[in-house]
Amino acid sequence: MATTTATPPPEGGGAHTGMSLHVVRRTEEADGVVALTLARPDGGRLPDWAPGAHIDLVLPGGLTRQYSLCGDRWDARTYRVAVLREPEGRGGSALVHDHLREGDPVGLGGPRNNFPMAPAEEYHFIAGGIGITPLLPMIVQADLLGVPWRLLYGGRTRASMAFVDALVTAHGDRVTVVAEDEHGRPDIPAWLSAPSSDAKVYSCGPPGLLAAVARACADLPAGRVRTERFVATDPNPGTGGRAFEVELRRSGITITVGTEQNLLHELGRAGARVLSSCRQGLCGTCETAVLDGVPDHRDSLLDEAERAAGDRMLVCVSRARSQRLVLDL
Amino acid sequence: MAVTDTSPLVHPDVDPFAPETLEDPLPLQERLRDAGPVVRLDRYGVHALARYEHVHAALTDWQTFQSAAGVGLANFRHEKPWRPPSLLLEADPPLHDAPRTVLSRVVGPPRLRRLREAWAEEARELVDRVLGRTSFDAVTGLAQAFPLRVFPDAVGLGREGRENLLPYGDHAFNAFGPRNALVDKGAPRVAELSAWVEAQCARERLAPGGFGAAIWEAADRGDITERQAPLIVRSLLTAGVDTTVHGLAAVLYAFATHPEQWRRLREDPRLARVAFDEAVRWESPVQTFFRTATRDVEIAGTTIPEGGKILMFLGAANRDPRHWTDPDSFDLTRDPSAHVGFGMGLHQCVGQHVARLEAESLLTALAERVEHIELADTPVRHLNNTLRAWSSMPVRVRTV
Repeated sequence: MATTTATPPPEGGGAHTGMSLHVVRRTEEADGVVALTLARPDGGRLPDWAPGAHIDLVLPGGLTRQYSLCGDRWDARTYRVAVLREPEGRGGSALVHDHLREGDPVGLGGPRNNFPMAPAEEYHFIAGGIGITPLLPMIVQADLLGVPWRLLYGGRTRASMAFVDALVTAHGDRVTVVAEDEHGRPDIPAWLSAPSSDAKVYSCGPPGLLAAVARACADLPAGRVRTERFVATDPNPGTGGRAFEVELRRSGITITVGTEQNLLHELGRAGARVLSSCRQGLCGTCETAVLDGVPDHRDSLLDEAERAAGDRMLVCVSRARSQRLVLDL
Repeated sequence: MAVTDTSPLVHPDVDPFAPETLEDPLPLQERLRDAGPVVRLDRYGVHALARYEHVHAALTDWQTFQSAAGVGLANFRHEKPWRPPSLLLEADPPLHDAPRTVLSRVVGPPRLRRLREAWAEEARELVDRVLGRTSFDAVTGLAQAFPLRVFPDAVGLGREGRENLLPYGDHAFNAFGPRNALVDKGAPRVAELSAWVEAQCARERLAPGGFGAAIWEAADRGDITERQAPLIVRSLLTAGVDTTVHGLAAVLYAFATHPEQWRRLREDPRLARVAFDEAVRWESPVQTFFRTATRDVEIAGTTIPEGGKILMFLGAANRDPRHWTDPDSFDLTRDPSAHVGFGMGLHQCVGQHVARLEAESLLTALAERVEHIELADTPVRHLNNTLRAWSSMPVRVRTV
């Protein structure tokens, strides 16, 4: 028997800063890949997610990087991500590999899902390297639904391919492993051959792999092939988590939101009336118009275009990238 | 894993669905909250939660408290549902994921922003027409008239048969309760109403550009299946009409009985959104929902067995003095945020932004023209096993 405890929500008007996690476990999963298990310091529930979702990790120093969630959504109290060391990257992965230790704090944005799993009669999963991560929970889900699936998993060397042994052990010949140093690149057209009309192809990996998948699936109708690049491009790196100023234009007041403070909570303390509900960036009730400045979007709701437009934000979890925000409050 | 309260489990011999309780549920809600974090209702063989903390926790913990066994008293593990289960309300992850993702986009803020001006104009027209008389019935004249005007248009329904929407929704919400006289009252028309609703969910019945057509477009993209699309349209038609009608009636009743709060709204019409959520907290148009335990689960020293039904009193939680200061007062200076009137967690009302926009449109239009609103006669409750509703509310207004 297990016990459930209520995680008391904040009192009306308040909001926990909430979106700060710490590393509870760090393991080496393959050459150049570490997996992190993350939890709230108070052990409380984390925002819900579904396969294909990613989170932003705001690393010490303010670098923000996106990682797919690859753990178990039935465990509401931890997230799991796997991070590949990218020598060509801009320092985020090196920071995780070289400096992030168990017990260290990280900031959270999201989860967001640009790669949701749609219903199908059959799934063909194609992973390249660390692109296996969003597909892991999809495989669990397909099994749960009793939907047939197969996986083509390519990587540079077998030793660099995270979770490969566990996948082969659990699923046998449903999994085709192609290590480039042994077998060259995977022959995607041959492996895919002729998917049934109710099948969907889900693929995540580097641009070269996704281009090969697109070529192999060129004749399939739209919506049957769904892909995600694992190298998320962040047009506005840095500066997450800092203190910032917020001008409430209609009220004529300016407040400062400190590193450990929550914007919604500070707005409430300043007397601004912002209705909210979930306080996790999920429901959209607290959406507020931004008149000037650049929001640091940490919500799960706004899509890429809305985030880029920067003219509205969910103040329950989001912050600022610019030193100053002007809100229509 | 704190176990803070180990007082013995109370088994109050009460019927939350009895007519006299539905007429005024507040005394029972207080009794249940005070009886303990969990109570046992032997009459129905269920455990019940009435305190904010525990209702909120059960609503968010979908892993432990599932919906797929039904969110009414009937346990779908043993009993056949009266209609094919909802793909949203009566589903758990993973099956819940795709329908929810699609519907939250269809009725999400970007699409609603495109309706904003049109609904504001519709509200002004309706208010102008209703204010041709200084006294009228606020339920039929406003709370029903406005959603029945804008929502079916937004879905893309045809003109014929819209009068079926309210009785269909009323029966669906009665059917979450026990098989009592309220359910029997609706039974004779179930087949006819269900057939009408089902027919409206077909692709060819839904006008281009509406919520319904957008759901079918999602099926064309493969985001949901063609078999799921009509059931997702059905969810809009079931859950999107009666609830907003009773939500609007709640806020109109609140203002008709709290003139100082109406004055405050008129001074600052931007309070319309807060006012509506405060009314949803205060009246809780959706009073109750059930969940089913997916494992033996302990709450404050009481074990609820795997497969056991749990009745969550949303209305009681929204007036729990352990969470809210002076919970029985309707007060626009309060921050009603995080009330559970729309639920909470991944099943939280997907149409909440639709409801808020309807309310904001109507209240803003009324505030422009109405200086004072008061009851002209005793309002009459409409009894429903799940909904807290009015059947009539005569009001008198003074216009500017």
